[in-house]
Amino acid sequence: MSGGVGLRLNRRLNRRLVRRNVWHLLLIPLCLVWIYPFVWMISAAFKTPREMLIGGLSLLPDEATLENFQRAWTTAKFSTYTANTITFSIAVVVMVLLVASTAGYALARPGLPGKKVFVGVLIATMFIPHGYTIIPTFIVVNGLGLGNGLLGSALAQAGPALVVPVLLFMGFFSGIPKELEEAARMDGAGYLRTYWRVMLPLAKPVMGTVALMNFIGAWNAFFIPLVFTLGNPDLRTLGVGMYGFYGQDTTDWTGLAAAACISVVPIVVVFLFLQRTFVEGIAGAVKS
Amino acid sequence: MTTTVERPLAKAPVAATRSRRPGRFRKHLWSYLFLVPLVLLFGGFTVWPMIASWWYAFFNWDGVGSPTDWVGLANFREVLGADAFWRAFWHSFAFSLAAIFIEMPLALVMAILLNSSWLRFRNLYRLVLFLPVVATTAVIGIVIAILLDPAGGLVNRILLDTGLVDQPVNFLGSTSTALPTLLSIDVWKGFGITLIYWLAALQTVPKDLQEAAAIDGAGFWRALRFVTLPVVTPIAIVILLLVFQRSLNTFDLVRAVTEGGPDYATDVVPTYIYRYAFDPSLQAPRYGFASAAGVVFGLLTLVVTLLQAPFLKRRLSGGKA
Repeated sequence: MSGGVGLRLNRRLNRRLVRRNVWHLLLIPLCLVWIYPFVWMISAAFKTPREMLIGGLSLLPDEATLENFQRAWTTAKFSTYTANTITFSIAVVVMVLLVASTAGYALARPGLPGKKVFVGVLIATMFIPHGYTIIPTFIVVNGLGLGNGLLGSALAQAGPALVVPVLLFMGFFSGIPKELEEAARMDGAGYLRTYWRVMLPLAKPVMGTVALMNFIGAWNAFFIPLVFTLGNPDLRTLGVGMYGFYGQDTTDWTGLAAAACISVVPIVVVFLFLQRTFVEGIAGAVKS
Repeated sequence: MTTTVERPLAKAPVAATRSRRPGRFRKHLWSYLFLVPLVLLFGGFTVWPMIASWWYAFFNWDGVGSPTDWVGLANFREVLGADAFWRAFWHSFAFSLAAIFIEMPLALVMAILLNSSWLRFRNLYRLVLFLPVVATTAVIGIVIAILLDPAGGLVNRILLDTGLVDQPVNFLGSTSTALPTLLSIDVWKGFGITLIYWLAALQTVPKDLQEAAAIDGAGFWRALRFVTLPVVTPIAIVILLLVFQRSLNTFDLVRAVTEGGPDYATDVVPTYIYRYAFDPSLQAPRYGFASAAGVVFGLLTLVVTLLQAPFLKRRLSGGKA
């Protein structure tokens, strides 16, 4: 009797297990579609152009070669583009961190007159499409004489990226107990010192999130770097360089794959190491 | 006697406020100083360009010197009468529709699935689905363009080998398939981020609420309908706005992969504006006209957003009830 009950329970459990595992039959093919372009990109980057032409479907190259990387790195100038991208991304991150943390700190001061206006303008711009600001931005940067440098495009990239970071810093600094600040003031620390020595070190988690999100954003930026490097190909970033490479030679698939690896693999590795920070940052931005 | 005693007492608060006022002012002075970088950077590169677009739109201007040739509403009239602009607008809108009606519901279903604690490898699945989000759009777009190439691209080879088609499909090179192909790539690319939005939303559903529903005998569908969805709805509106904004500004993918072609079949408003302002093959840029196109686009999207507002409000209040 009890054996029968056990059997029935067992069968029901089994059925449930099967039903749950059925999902993998859907998920695995889907994930293959999602990941295949990356796998192909890495595999093709090591194949010889000849093997690519013959067109084996095998993902493992017959004879792995580094020639494609060499071609992309030197002939297609991806060494320059990599350096440009790193400079550009770091410049954007530094600017966003400095400007957003100071502004967020100021806006978190209790009873600051005009605070609502600042926050209101910041939020309002979020809901107005940005597509059409590129022409005046271009003119402002050229007017500052920065049209021929990475600094100009970094400014243009950092400006519109400030909204969420400012709000994040403001929220964080508002939540810090007042006693801490009063203690700092009792110890003789002024406004600047309190911000730099006491508050900013506390804000490390926010700084990490903001830095990572903006680094990835800047690394992947395309519109701004494209517009600002039209007259100066030596300033191209990786995305723009890839576009130029493809425009020049649509048939050098292995070279393009190697170039794509140079552009995509570093940022994916950064993401894989810090994915928790990144995903939590996005999730936090939605919830708040 | 009493007055002499009271006087210092009455004076004290006055003196206190007086001495506090410069102190407070100085404190706020520092705060305003701390806001100067924001005003310069955000004002110069976001607020001012938004205003300046409107101003430039009234000029016939090639970007040399300052705008002087005032043409009134002529640019606007030209934009509104240009078939090419409306075509680009509908294509931009198609990206929004695909994101809202295909990507968002599918990502929600996936989020509900990946939010179930009994599913094994769910973190791995989430990671894989998120991977395209981190990759540079222009770069990965070109990689996919190669995979879709009609002459020897992997997808066509598989389709031919399995006999699904007799002739290679020119996915990105034919006017009928180019836009749907780009829309699919866009959904592939953006799916992961919408998934994360939904997962974040699902995590706000209180655990005890779910348990209570389970104890009351609510099955999966009833719990979803009466517990999960009502809690998630307010956040869903934020997600909708984020997805809408992102899809309207689609530029990277189109510019890098098809440049708006073939025969403008994939042209979107940002690439349309780009062509009139920055295209190297242009003889003289038309900043005024391009600005007018941008302003009209901005107004149109604002109208579309406002049209959604009553519907959103109803859902919001319905969700709260």
